[in-house]
Amino acid sequence: MSAPISHPAQDLAASRAHVPHTSMLLRMLVRAAVLRRGRAASALFAMVVAAAVATAMLNLYVDVQAKLRREFRNYGANVILVGRDGASLPADALAHVDSVLAGHGIAAPFALLVARASDGQPIVVAGVDFERVRQLDRWWSVSAWPSEVPTLRQAQGKLARAENAREMGHPGLIGVRAMAVVAPKNQALKDQSFDLSFQGSTLHVEPAGTVQTGAAEDSRIYISLVDFVAWSGVQPSTIEVAANGDPEEVAAIMNQLAQAVPAAEVRPVRQIVEGEARVLGKTRATLLAAAALIILTSALCVLSTLMGWVFDRRRDFAIMKALGASGRLLNGFFAAEAAALGATGALIGFLIGIGIAAWIGRVNFHASVAPRFSVLPVVLAGSMVVTLLSAILPISLLRRVQPAVILRGE
Amino acid sequence: MFVRLVYESFRRQKRRKVLAGAAITLGVTVATAMIAVATDIGDKINRELRTIGANLVVTPQEDSLDVEIGGVNLKPPSDGAFLNEADLPKIKDIFWRNNITGFAPMLPVPVAMERDGKRQDATLVGTYFAKRISLGNEDFTTGVRSTHTWWKVSGAWPDDNSRDVLVGERLAARLGEKAGDQLVLAGRALRVSGILSTGGAEDDQVVAPLALAQEILGRPGAVRRVYVSALTKPEDAFGRRDPKSMSGAIYERWYCTPYPQAIALQLGEAIPHSHAEQIRQVAQNEGAVLTRIEGLIFLITLAALFASALAVSAAMATAIFERRAEVGLLKALGAGKLAVAAVFFAEALLLALFGGLIGFGAGALLAHQIGQSIFNSQISIQPVLLPVILAIAVIVTFAGSAAAIRRAVGMDPVFALRGEL
Repeated sequence: MSAPISHPAQDLAASRAHVPHTSMLLRMLVRAAVLRRGRAASALFAMVVAAAVATAMLNLYVDVQAKLRREFRNYGANVILVGRDGASLPADALAHVDSVLAGHGIAAPFALLVARASDGQPIVVAGVDFERVRQLDRWWSVSAWPSEVPTLRQAQGKLARAENAREMGHPGLIGVRAMAVVAPKNQALKDQSFDLSFQGSTLHVEPAGTVQTGAAEDSRIYISLVDFVAWSGVQPSTIEVAANGDPEEVAAIMNQLAQAVPAAEVRPVRQIVEGEARVLGKTRATLLAAAALIILTSALCVLSTLMGWVFDRRRDFAIMKALGASGRLLNGFFAAEAAALGATGALIGFLIGIGIAAWIGRVNFHASVAPRFSVLPVVLAGSMVVTLLSAILPISLLRRVQPAVILRGE
Repeated sequence: MFVRLVYESFRRQKRRKVLAGAAITLGVTVATAMIAVATDIGDKINRELRTIGANLVVTPQEDSLDVEIGGVNLKPPSDGAFLNEADLPKIKDIFWRNNITGFAPMLPVPVAMERDGKRQDATLVGTYFAKRISLGNEDFTTGVRSTHTWWKVSGAWPDDNSRDVLVGERLAARLGEKAGDQLVLAGRALRVSGILSTGGAEDDQVVAPLALAQEILGRPGAVRRVYVSALTKPEDAFGRRDPKSMSGAIYERWYCTPYPQAIALQLGEAIPHSHAEQIRQVAQNEGAVLTRIEGLIFLITLAALFASALAVSAAMATAIFERRAEVGLLKALGAGKLAVAAVFFAEALLLALFGGLIGFGAGALLAHQIGQSIFNSQISIQPVLLPVILAIAVIVTFAGSAAAIRRAVGMDPVFALRGEL
C-alpha cells in the first residue's frame, strides 16, 4: 500500500477517523488491479471471453428458432382453408383472411376446374393471384411469370378492349407436363397459344412461361383469377395460408380464421407443421447441449485463471491477516474484488457476445440477430457466481494457514 | 537427468499435474464431442427432414396428365401408363442405395362404395404400409409408415398381405365408419382396420394394400407412381448444371454426388420406362434448411474449439507460473534457458498426450450420449480423428504454455527464489 505517511501519526489517525472504511477498501481493490496488471488482465480476459461466448450462445439459442421458422415458411402454406363439402368460398373470404393475418403471413386463393383442351383431353385449370403465389410457393421453378411478360393485351392497351375479347390471349403459366399436351409444337413460347373450353365457353390462353414443381402443378394450367372467374364463373374453393409464428401463434391464427370465415374448414398442413416442429426441436436441443458444453468450459477456464490469481496473492492475504484483518473483512475484500471483476468482464463480454451473435446471424441466416437484453442479467449473475466461487475457494483454503507460514514462503 | 527431472516432477507434483491434465482432458472432450456432432449433424437433420415427406417421385415416362382436384382423381382409371411393381426393388440397387430411406408406391383407383343401399364414389389408394422387400441377402422394410410419418391411424395399420383397409377421417365421418366395421367396396366386403388422419387429401380416401388396389383395378403389378425418400446433398451451382452438357470426369463427379437431380436420374435409369423427378417443395427447401443448420453448428463448433483452447492455455499458464521457485533453483544450479524450456515442453507434451487420449474417449462417449438423447441414433466418431485431435491438443497446450514458459525462463533466479515475482 502506498499511503502517504508525511503527516504526523496523530494527524493521520485523526484524518483517517472521518474517512469511511469503503474508501480504503476501494483503494485496495484498485491498487491490487493496477500493481499486478498482467495477472489481473489475464483474469479479466478469461472472464470477458467466457461472458462473450455465453452471451452469443444464449442469444442464438433464443433467436435461432425464429430464424429457422422463417426458413420453414419457404415450404409454403402451413394452414389451408377449404369450402365445406367442396363448396366455393364466399367472395369476401380472402379479405377476411388478409385482415386476420395482418402482415403475419401470406394467403393465396386457388380456384380449380377441369377443362377440355382442343383435342378433348381433360386438363386441370387453376385461377390464382400470381403475385401471391410467387411469394407463397417459392419453390416453383418458373421460366417467366405472366405478370412479367408484356402480353398482347397489355401492349395494345385499351384499344384491344374494343375488339373481340374472345380472340385475345389470356396470359397463362403452363405446367411442364401440361405444356406437352396443349402445345406440342416446337415454337417460341408466346406463339403457342391454345384454347380451353369449359361448359361451352372458350378461353384463349397465351403461355407466358412454364412451371415445374415435380408435383400436381406440372399437369395444370394457371391463369389469373380475374380471367378465371370471368371465363367460368367458378369462385376460389381453397385459400392457402403461410402463417408466421410459433405453434401457439399459428393455432391462434387458425382459430381466428375459423371465426372470420365460418363457411370454410380450416386445417393445418400437418406434414409441414410436424416436420418443422421436429427439426426445430432437435436443432434447439443440439444447440442447448453445445451451449452447455461451451459455457461449462469457459466457466472452468475462468475458475482456474482466477483461482491462480488469488492463490498468487496469498502474501497480500497473509499481510492483511497479520495486520489484524478479520476473516469477514478478508472474505469481503476478495469477494468484492471478484464481483467487480465478474461484473466488468460480464459487461464487456456481453457487448462482444452480442456482436458475435449478430455476425453469425448475418453470415449464416442473412438476417440480423436482435440483441436480447434479457440475456444480460443471466450472464451477469452467472459471471458473478463463477468469479465469487473462484475467489472463495482458495480463500477458504488459505484461511486455515497461519500468516507466518505463508509469509515465510512455505 | 532430463528424464528424471520430468519423471520426478510428475511424481511429486501430482495435484498440479492432475489439475492441468484435467483442463486438457475437458478441453479435448468438448472439442471431440462438438467435432463429432458437427460432422454428423447434416445426416441427422436430413433424416428429420424426411418427416416432411418424400423428396423424389417416379412416374411412368409416357403418362397422360394427372387430372386431380382436392385428392379426387378424375382421370379414367385405365388411362395412361403404369410402372411395374416388380421393378421397385431396383430402387435399392442404385449407386446411392444407402441414401434411400424408404419408398411408397401409389395406385389410386376410383371405386364405388355401398352403404345402407346407397352408392357413393370415392378414391381407393393402394400402397405399401410396412412392406418387407428382400434384396439379395438383406431385407428392407418400406412403405407409408416410414415415408409419410405424419399419417396417424386410430385403430391398427393393415397388414400388407391382408384385405383390410384404412378409411380417411372425413370420409369415415360421412359414412359413420369406425375401426373394425365392414365396408362394401367395389363389390367386396372389406374390414376397416383403422381410421386414417393425414390433414391432406387422404382424409377423403380409402387406403388399402397395393395388391388389393391392383385386384380391384384388374391390373396385377401396376403402380401409378412411387414416392421416394432419399438423403440428399443441398443443391449448389454445380448440382444445378445440366448433366447432358458435362464431360466425362465432371459428369462422373456430378453423378457420384447425392444431389436430388443425380439420384432422380439414377432412379429413372434403374426403373424401365420411368421418369423420376425431385418434388421441389420438399427437395429445394430441405437444402436451404440443412445449409443453415449445418452452418450454425459449424460456427458453434469453432466457438467450442476456441473456448477449450483458451481453457487449456489458462490452466497451463497458471501451472507454470506457480513453479517460479523451481525455475529459479534450476537456473541457479546452472541450467540454461533451453534446458528449462525443454523440461516444461516435455511435461506439456506428456500432459497433452494423456489428456488428449482420455479426452478423446470421453468426447466420443459424450457425442454418443448427445446422439442417443437428441436424435435417438448413433453419432459415430471416426478413428481417423484421433491423431488430429491429439495433434491439436499438443499444439494448443504448447501455445498456451509458450508465453508462461518464456516468462519463466527469462526470470532472474534471485528474484524468483526470493519469491518477488
